[in-house]
Amino acid sequence: MTPKSFEAKRLCYAYPKGPLVVREVSLSAAPGTMTAVIGSNGSGKSTLIRMLAGLVKPQAGQILLGGVALDQWHPQLRAREIAYVPQATATPFPFVVADLVMSGRTPHAPRFSFETALDRERTMESLETAGAAHLASRCFTSLSGGERQMVILARALAQEPRLLLLDEPSSSLDLKHRAAMIRTLSRLREERNLSVIMITHDVQLTGAFDQVVAMKCGEVVAQGAPREVLRDDILRDIYDDANVQTRQVGGQTLVWVNLV
Amino acid sequence: MTAPPLSLPASIASRTAKALTILTLILMLSLFVGLLVGTQRIDPVSVLNDSFTRTLFFRLRLPRVLLGLVIGSSLGISGAALQALFRNPLADPYTLGVSGGGALGASIAIALGWSARINGIPLVFVASFAGAMAAVSLVRVIARAGAVVLPGALLLSGVALNLIAGAGVLTIEYLTDPSSALRILRWLIGSLDIVGLQPIGRMLFILVPAWLALLLFARQLNLIAIDEDTAATLGVNVRRCEGIVHILCALIVGVTVAVGGAIGFVGLIVPHAVRMMFGEDLRIVLPGSLLLGAAFLILADALARTALPSGDLPVGAVTGLLGGPVFLWLLRRRQQYSAM
Repeated sequence: MTPKSFEAKRLCYAYPKGPLVVREVSLSAAPGTMTAVIGSNGSGKSTLIRMLAGLVKPQAGQILLGGVALDQWHPQLRAREIAYVPQATATPFPFVVADLVMSGRTPHAPRFSFETALDRERTMESLETAGAAHLASRCFTSLSGGERQMVILARALAQEPRLLLLDEPSSSLDLKHRAAMIRTLSRLREERNLSVIMITHDVQLTGAFDQVVAMKCGEVVAQGAPREVLRDDILRDIYDDANVQTRQVGGQTLVWVNLV
Repeated sequence: MTAPPLSLPASIASRTAKALTILTLILMLSLFVGLLVGTQRIDPVSVLNDSFTRTLFFRLRLPRVLLGLVIGSSLGISGAALQALFRNPLADPYTLGVSGGGALGASIAIALGWSARINGIPLVFVASFAGAMAAVSLVRVIARAGAVVLPGALLLSGVALNLIAGAGVLTIEYLTDPSSALRILRWLIGSLDIVGLQPIGRMLFILVPAWLALLLFARQLNLIAIDEDTAATLGVNVRRCEGIVHILCALIVGVTVAVGGAIGFVGLIVPHAVRMMFGEDLRIVLPGSLLLGAAFLILADALARTALPSGDLPVGAVTGLLGGPVFLWLLRRRQQYSAM
């Protein structure tokens, strides 16, 4: 199967009786590229990614997957193309991690069938890729926030999507696991031509991405290679803080906020 | 660093087969006990020889045990489905007020003398279904704040609906026949006291298709139990699935309440027991709750028939006395979870 293009054009969204939270946002993710979306709290990033995942219908604009409008796709076929990792998954039921990851195989299974040997194989691979193999037989409800994020990433990988949408997947991860996750995503981009669109507050991580989209008040204020977007003036604008500093060190961009 | 060898739990298919085998055996055992014991102990030989015993067995004992089977299955499976649907382990037809709504609907129909049947389906069933459907829709609307259903608000609306429905049933019964305290009790607490097999046939006509339809949604419900958004991005049409499961639960609860009254807590305890034994997957929990629900209610009724020397207790008294404390225990355990 050929990789499919993914494109959002002039998306708008407002909650009932509220102002526009996403205003005329356009972005595209070519196969095998990684896009980071940054912006302050409440800048419309989560609403944007929920629209891209097909969870919320945009009030204006359109989303095209392989040239076909997203809502024209059969849900099961769409689920083989796009996987979504929400900020947090809070089920009250103590599902076993392996079963939960296995649920990612649903789009590949006929409606009334139990899992196949291939499904079990993919589940194990995904757990290993996400670094959550040691959690396989644990109860999901007994895990820490960071461990849950790794399990949910494994679930999304088991879906074998071509586009992975992540909403702050690293917010509860420690330094080591954050780096590991970005390395994993980069590797999957090389090996499987995976596309990634990821919301993050971790501006530091976005240096590894192909494209950074900076949002403020529901609008895109800058879009381009990390080097072009991670600049003092742009970051000071979107975070509304004059103390944000950036510096180029050994090909990476360092970002920090002066506290004094 | 070497990762420990990774092993997945046994496949869902083999876990399902194991669970259903064990639970079927439990159900058969409970059928045996249920048919045997009672104020009048029945031994199999005298059913064949003695005409009085035979009448007792076929007109009273067998219908009562079979009604326990049908109602227990229904409450078990609908409890499991409602818990998944609302992602709330404390939900069940009784705690959500669905049984109460059904009882109110049924008693209105009886008070108005609607004994007619349409295509063999008693109007009482229809009224009870309407009451149950109204209750489940109301509870959902009230507890929904924006996109999420608040767990606490859900249970409190259920409590309020049950109180309203209970008061409604009382008023109606009082207006129509002030002397019939027993009938009121029957509706509010629930009893399996019937004569003859006919009502059971009429129930099965509706219930069997509804059970099967619910089982067809097991996998979708399983994804919804994990997370609605995740289910949607995995290809489940969440709105449609939830709507259908709503209607099926209201139908199942409505029909059982129309015959047996509002029997409490069966739909709460049974799915929990199945989960503890066989895990969370709804493909196991739904059919498992069907079987264990039947076994549980048959045994609870056997206890109701033998506990007091003076005569029968309504089975709802037994399930309430057993299930209420379990509910409180679960509530406490849940608060400990959410405090973390």
